[in-house]
Amino acid sequence: MIQIEYLLVVSAVMMFAGVFGFLTRRSTLAILLSVELMLNATDLNFAVFNRMLYPEGYEGYFFALFSIAISAAESAIAIAIMINIYRMVKNIQAGELEQMKW
Amino acid sequence: MESTIFILLLPFLSFLLLGVFGKWFSHKAAGLIGTASLLAVAVLSYMTAYDYFFCTARTAEGVLPTLMPYNVHWLPFFAEGLSFDMGIMLDPISVMMLIVISTVSLMVHIYSFGYMHGERGFQRYYAFLSLFTMSMLGLVVATNIFQMYMFWELVGVSSYLLIGFYYTSPAAIAASKKAFIVTRFADLFFLIGILIYGYYCRSFGFEFDQAGFAQGAAMLPLALFLMFIGGAGKSAMFPLHIWLPDAMEGPTPVSALIHAATMVVAGVFQIARLFPLWIEYAPGTLHIVAWVGAFTAFYAAAVACCQSDIKRVLAFSTISQIAFMMVALGVCTEYTTGHHHVGSLGYMASMFHLFTHAMFKALLFLGAGCIIHAVHSNEMSAMGGLRKYMPITHITFLIACLAISGIPPFSGFFSKDEILTAAFAYMPAMGWIMTAIAAMTAFYMFRLYYGIFWGTENKELHAHHTPHEAPLTMTLPLVFLALVTCGAGFLPFGHFVSADGQLYDIHLDWDIAGTSIVIAVASIFLATYIYMGERQPKADALAEKFKGLHQWAYKRFYLDEVYQYITHRIIFAHISKPIAWFDRHIIDGFFDFLANGTHALSFRIRGFQSGSVQKYAFVFLLGTLALLTIMVLA
Repeated sequence: MIQIEYLLVVSAVMMFAGVFGFLTRRSTLAILLSVELMLNATDLNFAVFNRMLYPEGYEGYFFALFSIAISAAESAIAIAIMINIYRMVKNIQAGELEQMKW
Repeated sequence: MESTIFILLLPFLSFLLLGVFGKWFSHKAAGLIGTASLLAVAVLSYMTAYDYFFCTARTAEGVLPTLMPYNVHWLPFFAEGLSFDMGIMLDPISVMMLIVISTVSLMVHIYSFGYMHGERGFQRYYAFLSLFTMSMLGLVVATNIFQMYMFWELVGVSSYLLIGFYYTSPAAIAASKKAFIVTRFADLFFLIGILIYGYYCRSFGFEFDQAGFAQGAAMLPLALFLMFIGGAGKSAMFPLHIWLPDAMEGPTPVSALIHAATMVVAGVFQIARLFPLWIEYAPGTLHIVAWVGAFTAFYAAAVACCQSDIKRVLAFSTISQIAFMMVALGVCTEYTTGHHHVGSLGYMASMFHLFTHAMFKALLFLGAGCIIHAVHSNEMSAMGGLRKYMPITHITFLIACLAISGIPPFSGFFSKDEILTAAFAYMPAMGWIMTAIAAMTAFYMFRLYYGIFWGTENKELHAHHTPHEAPLTMTLPLVFLALVTCGAGFLPFGHFVSADGQLYDIHLDWDIAGTSIVIAVASIFLATYIYMGERQPKADALAEKFKGLHQWAYKRFYLDEVYQYITHRIIFAHISKPIAWFDRHIIDGFFDFLANGTHALSFRIRGFQSGSVQKYAFVFLLGTLALLTIMVLA
């Protein structure tokens, strides 16, 4: 039987890989990928806690599925925004987006 | 008596109509509206006076009752029943003032048709005249001192507006500001006086038979004296007279109405209104008023002897004559009249002189307006020998000069004689002083008269532009006022107005009347001897001999310069400037610091809002970690 800690270590590694990617990558697309990585880490946590701590229930699995659906929709919107930005500035580097604060 | 409300409403409506919609009216229509409303007011005033003096039953003591057709609790916000009321009060002096104001105002309205013909702002002029008339009428019919104060300020404002009527002339602007500031400064004391009076006596009203007055008796002299300072400002008593000569910058009919006949006697009226209080609680203070008046009368008469601007001469003569009225009030020593009591004769004399003076002084000013209209100058040097050109003005002006000099049978003789009698009864010294001033009056008035109508003619100027008699609209008021001046002396004035309201028969004291006639005639002969001729070597020689004195008097004893020095060098330099510095640098500095500090700080920290998503995320992460640390450690 695999211990819960091993599984949580995997999800923690994924989470911080996502955070690191979010803070350091230049390309907006890579930042979006990092966000997905963080979301997947939480999904994994949902599944792990449900499987290991409350095996009689299903809420964790359902919530993971729910979260995947939301993140899919969110990615679709994010990519649509990026296409629009690309049309405007011919670039999707995060540094170029600072002018959006105006 | 219910119709009295229209006496106030009609001029007010005409003011609103002409003031708001004036520019859509032609000059003629605007003048007609103003004059028609004033005519209605005059008719109503005369009806009211007839009703009041002849059809109202006297009380058991033979006193005319005080009527209050209207009295509204306007601002009843004080505890203990004290409130600000608005209403109309009719008693002998207020009805007498209604007559004076509506008559002179109507004459001035008619006269202005000719005098202001074609003038820019004609409609505005009539609107202001209506406003002034309304305020002055409101002042005299006030039921309480607070209402009086409100209308008092309103007449001040309309006087300011009318002095500054020619607003393109810097002199007129300066004069209007001077008049407003000086009278406003005096009115500050009036307001303090009213508040002391209201606080200690628990009343703003003019019914003086309450128990409250006994408890406030200690403070009443102070309150009354402060109110008198306000009155001295309006009535141009020394040393607050400095605004009145400058107020002559306004149109001449305005000078006749406001600065000769009506507004400037407001201070006299105020004392007369509160007379029972003065005589009961502050007789000592009342005599101070008398001496202030005597000094003012002398000072103004001395200055009037040396002025060369005819309107200035008349202005100083007005100051001197109002001071006569003040003296008459000030020399009163008791409340009752009757044939043998002369202690309160001054009250009747003062009101009588107010009445007659309003008529003949308005006549003098309107005559001066005709002269200025004819020669386009205020200076006597542009005049001389005008009697040939302007016969009507000449005769009416002469009548007014005789009246103010105290020659029978003109009205001024009767009223001035009563004043002199009252002064002699108070103190022979005061009587002689006033007789001497009356002689000076006769002298300077005839100096003026000869300077305008006889004397050296300015042939060069008159050949260039021949003087001509004024149009009918201007001469008609002159003739009317001259007739009043001839007849007013024979009114049994004591039957209408006296200190305690009892019938009082005016009887001439021939010792005093004879002396004053002799002295007045002598002064007139002196003036004739000096000023009538074509050339005036005697006057020039005298002016040369007493050069310093002449220059001193011509410059009005340098009082304006003294004021200039006190206000600019002392008050402005040593009080106002430091206060202004404190305001600029400390008060403004503090708020500027708040604004500039916020600005500088936000300028520094605006870098945080970089717009870079990743920096935001980093800060967010740090914040999260910090919160986590706190929660773990706590």
